[in-house]
Amino acid sequence: MRTPLRSRSLRGAVASVAALAVLAACSTDESIDDPAPQAGEESASETEESGGGEEWFVQADFDEQDEQRSATFEGDPEQPWLQYIDGEMTDTADYTSNKAQKVCFANASISNPWRQTGWITMNQQLKVLQDEGVISEMETRDAQDDDNTQIADIDYFISEGNCDVFVISPNSTAAMTPAVERACETGKPVIVFDRGVETDCYTTFIHPIGGYAWGIDTANFLVENLEEGDKVVALRILPGVDVLETRWGAAKKIFEENGIEAVDYFTGADPTKIKGIITDELTKGDVAGVWMDAGDGAVAAIEAFEDQGVDYPVMTGEDEMSFLRKWEETGLTGLAPVYSNFQWRTPLLAVQKIVAGEEVPKEWVLPQTPITEDERADFLEANEGMPDGHYAKFGGEDLPGYPQVWQERQIP
Amino acid sequence: MTTSTQLLDRAGRAPLADHHRSLGGRAAAALATPGGAVYVLVLLLLVATIAANPNFGDPGVVIRFLGRTAPIAIAAIGQYYVIVSGEFDLSMGAVVAAQVVMAGNLIGQDDSRILPVMVLMLAVGVLIGVLNGLGTTLLGVPSFIVTLGMMLALGGLVDHLTGGAATGNPADTFREIGRGGIQDVPVVDVIPYPLLILLVLGALASWSMRRPFGRSLVAAGDNADAARVSGSSLWWLKTRAFIISSLSATVAGILLVGYAGVHPSVGQGYEFTAITAVVLGGVLLGGGRGWVLSAAAGAVALELLFVLLTALGVESTWRATVQGLIIIAAVAVAGRAWQRGRRPRRTSPSSRHLTHHQPTPGTTTGDN
Repeated sequence: MRTPLRSRSLRGAVASVAALAVLAACSTDESIDDPAPQAGEESASETEESGGGEEWFVQADFDEQDEQRSATFEGDPEQPWLQYIDGEMTDTADYTSNKAQKVCFANASISNPWRQTGWITMNQQLKVLQDEGVISEMETRDAQDDDNTQIADIDYFISEGNCDVFVISPNSTAAMTPAVERACETGKPVIVFDRGVETDCYTTFIHPIGGYAWGIDTANFLVENLEEGDKVVALRILPGVDVLETRWGAAKKIFEENGIEAVDYFTGADPTKIKGIITDELTKGDVAGVWMDAGDGAVAAIEAFEDQGVDYPVMTGEDEMSFLRKWEETGLTGLAPVYSNFQWRTPLLAVQKIVAGEEVPKEWVLPQTPITEDERADFLEANEGMPDGHYAKFGGEDLPGYPQVWQERQIP
Repeated sequence: MTTSTQLLDRAGRAPLADHHRSLGGRAAAALATPGGAVYVLVLLLLVATIAANPNFGDPGVVIRFLGRTAPIAIAAIGQYYVIVSGEFDLSMGAVVAAQVVMAGNLIGQDDSRILPVMVLMLAVGVLIGVLNGLGTTLLGVPSFIVTLGMMLALGGLVDHLTGGAATGNPADTFREIGRGGIQDVPVVDVIPYPLLILLVLGALASWSMRRPFGRSLVAAGDNADAARVSGSSLWWLKTRAFIISSLSATVAGILLVGYAGVHPSVGQGYEFTAITAVVLGGVLLGGGRGWVLSAAAGAVALELLFVLLTALGVESTWRATVQGLIIIAAVAVAGRAWQRGRRPRRTSPSSRHLTHHQPTPGTTTGDN
């Protein structure tokens, strides 16, 4: 008497799950008309189609960054943080001053090792410029990855900060644009770096070549080292951040064009998730390559291959020490793309140029060159003793406190 | 009050009736309860996963899967104690993160520090549990708020200590607890240590729920006033539940450092996964009903669901949505299975007279 009843409830369960699967499938199609609100908001100007990375993909930007990868940079290659691609310059004659400047820095966060390394370097650069009498002090507000906090921070600086120069590292592109415009209206120099904004009212916008270049470098490397039809697992930190989305957008395009089967996952950089994902994919079938939109968690991904007892993949990580070390230890075929960490020095050096009346590039594009296997040993040697979360191309070797400040990771 | 006497009445009769049936009949009856339905769900998900990816049928793969599920299953067992006593523990994820960071920072590459630091971690776990428990019972602040506060406080502490970024991994010997296993076992190849730890803790948990402590805890969750009148020391009872919960989070933390390494994001969302696992295991939110091992099975079901989505190749942007919908459906279906499981009892000869009372309010609506 019980059995038929129970099996009916079981059938019910299966039916419900099946119905849900159908529902989910339907809503996938609807997403074309109705992109996720957050993503839509942040990329309002560039939304063309939804689904995966396409909505972030702008062919013109892709082409531009593809060219910039082989561009000639002005300035001394020994000081890449001052190099730039020739282009429009901003006249700064009006800002000339002999007085030491008060810099107000609205920082998005220091919540990942890349930003922490940069923040340490920036503070050591600050010491140099304070000694030279260029900067009197730098007041910093940390928005802790929150758009609203950063808007409030910028507005506070405008009304009460008594600032001579604004330095802004935006948390997100669209949300921060009005606040940056308000800062521009004060008539004081505004320096934006790392992530961009949708206005060009700034004095200079400092950034490495960009996410597309990262995606092109890494995807080309994987394509060269893999066969058509091979599988690549793409580990992505989170959706909706332009510098990360463009990396994936470019890589995805290249994988598709070259017949590489790529599946992407969001990991939040959580090594537990990364390891679980790789393990599941290895259970499913061979994984020939691993692509990452940032190197945080690379070691966990490699360990998943070790624990399963299978061959190492061809892999792209980042110039984070943990990856460089594991890469050397395992001898896997790899590439360390670089999102030039030394850019954290440039905003303060830009202040120096601006108050001296020197012109600065309107869009200050810094070099961004991956570390290859041949160069790896040099970078490992140069950064010996640095912690795992340190970035090889941090560019602070000539600053006071080197190497102890970075080795002990003294975060101000 | 009439409903509660009816419930007691029914609860008193049902086990007796069950005991008269054969073993198979009893197992069938158990599967029809929410605490039993989760095992059916696990089986269904397993079959679906193997259908989507035949490689998953390999015993070695399944055992490794169970090994990596152990931390969340252990956390779910800990959360069970708190939920069955009528409370919540939202601080779990933050405890995991704090312990992970502590292990990374304090042990470093020094093997001799492993034992002292582990003792310290367990002590910190106990302390957090005591604070959660006393805040809830003696101060009378709802546990939702106390543990939410604890979550924020610990989260802030971790951010302060790490700046939100990873430090180095601790010594490999320490990580072996979560990463290693007994090698060269026939059939399954390897038995992961985390799985063994889960089995031991599961047995302990199952035993403790048959002890006076376990029974009083369930009684306190069902009806705190009645439990107090009957002589249970409510504050000590619930505080112990919170201690068990944060200790289980500590153990999960130790296993996770081993499994994957140090990162402040480890443990993120653990409290909600654990609560979902407990509910999926048929434990009543609000307390008073549910089996501890079903909570662990709920965790296995959740992890299996994740594996299934990978096997099916669900697109990354849709993954969370699909997962959420399936969880809601599973809990709803489990709830229905429970209702249906009860219905035959009314039509069975021994209780046929109840059908005459069908229209009386309370007999059908008092169930859930």
